[in-house]
Formats: sequence, C-alpha cells, structure tokens
Amino acid sequence: MSPVNTSAAGRIATGRPLVKLSGIRKSFGPVEVLKGVDMAVEEGQVVAMIGRSGSGKSTLLRSINGLERIDGGVIEVDGECVDPGQIDLRALRQKVGMVFQQFNLFPHLSAGENVMLALKVVKKQDKAATRAAAEAALAKVGLGHKFDAYPSQLSGGQQQRVAIARSLAMAPKVLLCDEITSALDPELVAEVLGVVRRLAEEGMTLILVTHEMRFAREVCDRLVFMHGGRIAEQGPPAELFDRPATPELAQFIGMVEAR
Amino acid sequence: MLDFTLWDILSNLLLAARWTVLLSLIAFVSGGIAGLLLLVARVSPVPPLRVAARLFIEVFQGTPLLMQLFIVFFALPLIGIETSAWTSAAVGLTLFTAAYLAEIWRGCVEAVPKGQWEASASLAMTFPEQMRHVILPQALRIAVPPTVGFSVQVVKGTAVTSIIGFVEVTKAGTMITNATFQPFLVYGLVGLIYFALCYPLSLSAKALERKLNVAR
Repeated sequence: MSPVNTSAAGRIATGRPLVKLSGIRKSFGPVEVLKGVDMAVEEGQVVAMIGRSGSGKSTLLRSINGLERIDGGVIEVDGECVDPGQIDLRALRQKVGMVFQQFNLFPHLSAGENVMLALKVVKKQDKAATRAAAEAALAKVGLGHKFDAYPSQLSGGQQQRVAIARSLAMAPKVLLCDEITSALDPELVAEVLGVVRRLAEEGMTLILVTHEMRFAREVCDRLVFMHGGRIAEQGPPAELFDRPATPELAQFIGMVEAR
Repeated sequence: MLDFTLWDILSNLLLAARWTVLLSLIAFVSGGIAGLLLLVARVSPVPPLRVAARLFIEVFQGTPLLMQLFIVFFALPLIGIETSAWTSAAVGLTLFTAAYLAEIWRGCVEAVPKGQWEASASLAMTFPEQMRHVILPQALRIAVPPTVGFSVQVVKGTAVTSIIGFVEVTKAGTMITNATFQPFLVYGLVGLIYFALCYPLSLSAKALERKLNVAR
C-alpha cells in the first residue's frame, strides 16, 4: 500500500478553477499529439501528468504558457483567455511560471541576476524591490548564500532550485514543472523535490510532468494519465495506482514499477 | 626624367593607406550597426521583416562587391542622388559589410540554445527584451572571433573601391606605377601594406577564438 498523501490532505483547495483547458488540439505536421484535451486545475491543487513519452503530456504542459502554439481550443488561466489566434502572451505568462528539465538558467548572469532580470525588465520594479524579491526567492529554495554564484559554479540541483526561484519571484498563479528532475544525478533529485514539496504544502498551484511516481503519489492531489493525445484516466493517485481502470495505465504502472 | 626614391614611393603609399584604414573603419562600424539592425530583423518574429532582411542579405551575398559599388556610384546619380567616390565607396562597403555581418551573427544567435528563448519567454519577456538581455549577450561571445576575422575581408574589400576612383592604397599604387614604371616594386609594397593591416587582425581573431574556447 502507498503512504497516504498527507500533505495533499492538509491543503485547502478553494474549488475555484484556476487553469481551464478546453478542447486543446495540437499537431506537429501530420501527427496530432493533442486530440482535444479538457482539464481543469483548482487553485492550490497539485496535479501530476504521467504517461509514456509521446503521449502528449509535455506538449500539453507547454501549451499552458504558450510555448507550444495550440491549433484549437481555449486556455484560461486566472481569467486570462488564450486561443490559437492570440499573439500577445505577456499577460498569460505573467500568471504562469515554468521550470524546465534542462534548467535553462542564463549562463552569463549570476543566480541573483537570473532571478532579478524579469522583475526588472518585465515587472519594472525598482532596484531595491528587485533585489529584495530575488534574495527572498533564493532564500526560499535554500540558496540565499549563492546570490553571486554563476550557474556554472552550481550543481545541477542548485541550478534547478535557482530556476524555481526565478519563476517564483514573478509571483505566478501556477507553476509548471516539465520533468524537472530528469536531468539530475540521482543524489540531487531529493533537494529539488523537497523544494517542490514545500511549495505544494504552502498552497502553490502546481502542474508537473514527472517520472517520479513515488513523489507523484505522495504529494499530488490528482494524477492525470495521458495516452495517445488524450487524458485516458485521472483521479487521486492512490486510486489510480491501486485500481487502474484502463489496461494502458495498468501496463504503464507495471512498466515504471518494474524499473 | 624624374627619379623616385624608395622612400618617395613608400611615403606616398602610406599616405594613401590612411584612406584605406579610414574607409575600412567607416565600413566596419556603420556596417556593424546596420548589420545589427538587419540581424534583429532577420531573426524577428515578424515575417515581413524576416523576408526583407533575408532578401537584402541574399542580394548582397549573391553579387560581386564590384557590381554593388558600380550601382551605388553610377546608378544613384541617375535617380538624382549625386555621390562622390568617397560616399559611394563608404555606402557600398557599408551595405556589403552589413549583409555579411548579419549572416555571421545570425549563426551565432542560432547557436544559443533554444531553452534560453523558452526560459525568457516563460518569464513574459518580449522579443526585444529577450534579444537585449538574454540572447545577444550570449551570442556576442561566440561572435567576436568570426567578426574580427571578417574585418580582414573589409580591409581587402576597400581595394575594389579604387575602380570608382577612390584614392586608397591600391589606386595610389596604380598612379605611382604610372609615374615610376616600377609595377613590381610598387604593387609589392602595396601588398605588404595590406598584409601589415590584415595579419594582426587574423592573429587576434585566432587568439580570441582560442581564448573563448578555453573559457567555455
């Protein structure tokens, strides 16, 4: 049996849909990778998307902040609507933070400057406020002492935590995490997941694409299993893991647990 | 008949070489500025800008510099713009330099990993903000060696402007040859002057390349 997802139980979801995806379609050339996906995430919820590679989970996640241009459907985040014709994504992107598998820190800037850049350029905050916000964000991920370190001087786990701080400093409504531990050495995974776990406990709305099944089980309110460009199954993690309704999910769980 | 000493010849060539250097500098600096604008247009998210920049680059890379100078020098007066050899040479070389630098720099911009674009876009930065704060600072590092290397082409390109009557070192060489009937000596000196200008540039391009490779 799995441990009960205590942290999830301790959180309060408000019941207000913060992220609403309706009929999302996306094709790469002749291949349709998203075949009309509907999904809603409430404020404070932590949702993990799982599925085989090519199932569309990363594409769906990346469409939420417009990194993938959708071909059909509507994305709504905190009242900000985006459809396929939308060019200006600035308003949406201020509400949606994103953390990547490869960290994507700006290598020519120190950790502190990485966090401050968008505060200065996008939010137009003054120097003192920017500095304070960056220090607070770095402290939150346990890297307050690395303000002046360059990405190349940090371990993978530290770089990823800076990337999380960089997103958090923009005060997003929802944070998207795209396989954020997949590029890390095994011993560095825990420190990053620890940060995510703390965010979840503090009530941050999180949507994760992950292969960390144990983490998904312990921390998430809901698991979304994607298969063939559709949501094949979703529900509380314990339920999905213990009683998968579709043979695809049963097979997928068998595959990951055999590892 | 007048006798010319070696110093007579050399001093006159060196005086003319000032104009080679000045023209090179003008072409390189203004071509660099124009090239930067062209580069931004070339990689911008606005399709008409991209197409226009690409067309400009293709035209200037696909025709000889000599033709370009002829067109600036002979064709502009036909539409009412009077040009001197000086301005024609400067304008022609500037456009030529801009086209090549834009293309060299585009390669450098494309060498910046896609994740940098995605991360900065996710932080709600606009295209100009991404270029200014994230992409260009990184592309610049890669761009320095090939840019310095290309400056050699600009210096050598100034020789072509002799054909429209601009008196730089090559043109001066021709004029002096006509007076001294010593083409081998004169053009030999002209060649040495070009080499003296270009070789340090080549060397520094190589040195920069090594240095930046080590730093990475």
